[in-house]
Amino acid sequence: MLVLGISAFYHDSAAALIRDGQIVAAAQEERFTRKKHDPSFPVNAIAYCLSEAKASGEDVDRIAFYEKPFLKFERLIETYLAFAPSGFESFRKAMPLWIGEKLFQRDLLLRELSAISPALGEKPKLRFSEHHFSHAASAYYPSPFQSALVLTMDGVGEWATTSAAIGQGDDLSITKEIHFPHSLGLLYSAFTYYTGFKVNSGEYKVMGLAPYGEPKYAKAIFDHLIDVKPDGSFRLNLDYFSFCTGLTMTDSRFEAMFGGPARRPDQPLEQRHMDLAASIQAVTEEVVLRLTRSLSTQTGLRHLCLAGGVALNCVANGKVLRDGRFDRIFIQPAAGDAGGALGAALAVFYDENRRSDGAKIVKEPDSMQGAYLGPSFEQSDIECRLKAAGAIYSVVDDDALISQTATALANGRAVGWHQGRMEFGPRSLGGRSILGDPRSPTMQKALNLKVKYRESFRPFAPSVLRERVADWFELDADSPYMLLVADVKSDRCRKMSAEEQALFGIDKLNVLRSDIPAVTHVDYSARIQTVHKETNPRYYALISRFEELTGCPVLINTSFNVRGEPIVCTPEDAFACFMGSEIEFLAVGNCILHKDKQNPELARDYKNAFDLD
Amino acid sequence: MSILAELFEFLGARKKFWLFPLLILFLIVGGLFVLSQGSVVAPFIYTLF
Repeated sequence: MLVLGISAFYHDSAAALIRDGQIVAAAQEERFTRKKHDPSFPVNAIAYCLSEAKASGEDVDRIAFYEKPFLKFERLIETYLAFAPSGFESFRKAMPLWIGEKLFQRDLLLRELSAISPALGEKPKLRFSEHHFSHAASAYYPSPFQSALVLTMDGVGEWATTSAAIGQGDDLSITKEIHFPHSLGLLYSAFTYYTGFKVNSGEYKVMGLAPYGEPKYAKAIFDHLIDVKPDGSFRLNLDYFSFCTGLTMTDSRFEAMFGGPARRPDQPLEQRHMDLAASIQAVTEEVVLRLTRSLSTQTGLRHLCLAGGVALNCVANGKVLRDGRFDRIFIQPAAGDAGGALGAALAVFYDENRRSDGAKIVKEPDSMQGAYLGPSFEQSDIECRLKAAGAIYSVVDDDALISQTATALANGRAVGWHQGRMEFGPRSLGGRSILGDPRSPTMQKALNLKVKYRESFRPFAPSVLRERVADWFELDADSPYMLLVADVKSDRCRKMSAEEQALFGIDKLNVLRSDIPAVTHVDYSARIQTVHKETNPRYYALISRFEELTGCPVLINTSFNVRGEPIVCTPEDAFACFMGSEIEFLAVGNCILHKDKQNPELARDYKNAFDLD
Repeated sequence: MSILAELFEFLGARKKFWLFPLLILFLIVGGLFVLSQGSVVAPFIYTLF
């Protein structure tokens, strides 16, 4: 049975294809259209998924959409009703979109699907899955567990903002929900907005900013903004938020409590913003820990699956792991809405294909194949594409590729690494990555300012060989999707002086705090990716060779893009980013490119080519 | 008109028939906004979508 999953029309549109319960392909539309967080119908991602499966529209048995539009509309109407007459302005702006388009999503989907293939647009094939059920399914079904607690937390889908589900074999049932407007994701987003970052993409920056501050406002948040019960259930005090009726996240009472209006993106970051980031991060961690502890006690389950946007908060995830209530944790790497496409497809498959033994398909370490679920390119195709783009390259064998790339890294070069299938989800995991030497005291600055063109306060993440993770970090568990944070081993750290502690941003990041300073945050933490031979042998071989050369089994791994650009997909995208930034060495398949050998006329102004995120 | 039938069926399944008259009212008012604006534009506000 072939099931196509789709998420679309909000942000991060995506498609996923499963065959008999096994994941064949999954990709986000933004990678093809080159528009960050592209919400449009994922026509390119669907075409890719079908081509990867060598299938046509006739072969697809079901199409699963990741949420239920009518249920969302019901929430909208009831919310306007509850708050009337305030909210009229918001109503006036939202209704045209709903009446003109969103209410007719079934027809829109069928029309778009028919345009790809008339067989895809057959009405009986189309099914809808609830937003949180799609998230929960995306975490539980690919997990390596036959039974697990599944916790989903995000901004809002239809009604649910937090849900607990129990997975037993091939059955998955939601047991508890917290409904809109009480939402941990929206609370975090309110602070994202208030500290001057973009809602839906800036939450990661707030998390990165938190270690610079003190959680001075955490008590005020608990006292006034959110009422959290011992079991982790919570209610927001809506006197401080305007997202139910207004066109912003927070209102004047919120601003009065935290000392002024929201920061505009062009305004400088102050200590107050860092303290606010630290405070909301501390509150989030506390709520998540209370939830996981109480659910663990209630269910007795020793395995946990996490999904929803809040599950991308890897600092909170690390604390849940260290809390010790669960033997193993699986976090869906595409925990945001893109992953809903995969979850919806899996939910429909298992709904229609109950097995006689009641078990689900289980694979170790999980069924996500390292999240390498996107397009790959044959060597001959790569060469054709690079030639057409005007690139000057040499073709080398596998051993020379590993050896030359490891040597370039050891020599302090910024390396573009485009290998195998593209990752599904927001993180680069060694398929479409920019790599560097984490030991270098200057690499952090160079990569941030000359390659990524991004804010200077954010650290990079390390990729480390799985077998060596416990030698370098306070972690001895799989973290293949860069979704767990743990400290760098204390014997590899250096204490900062009081003067150094007082610094901020890149000045503080540039202080040598450990043997691997480029991936060590100011609180000595790191967002770790463990690299496994089974899922990415080429990347594993590269890090192993780098260790032979340097004694260090760790690399900087950051996404292959510049600020505001979707992660590269094709060899041409990789070449364009290479020529538009100060990446010095590029490995695409078995092709090696040196910047100093390229035609300088092909360089372009890449820094200003994308809207900032 | 199939959308109205689908909505009616949906409200039946949700046991929320009391919403139907309100829904019709909202659709009419919203429809007027569409006609008066000429184009469908909305801000990127988190909860509206």
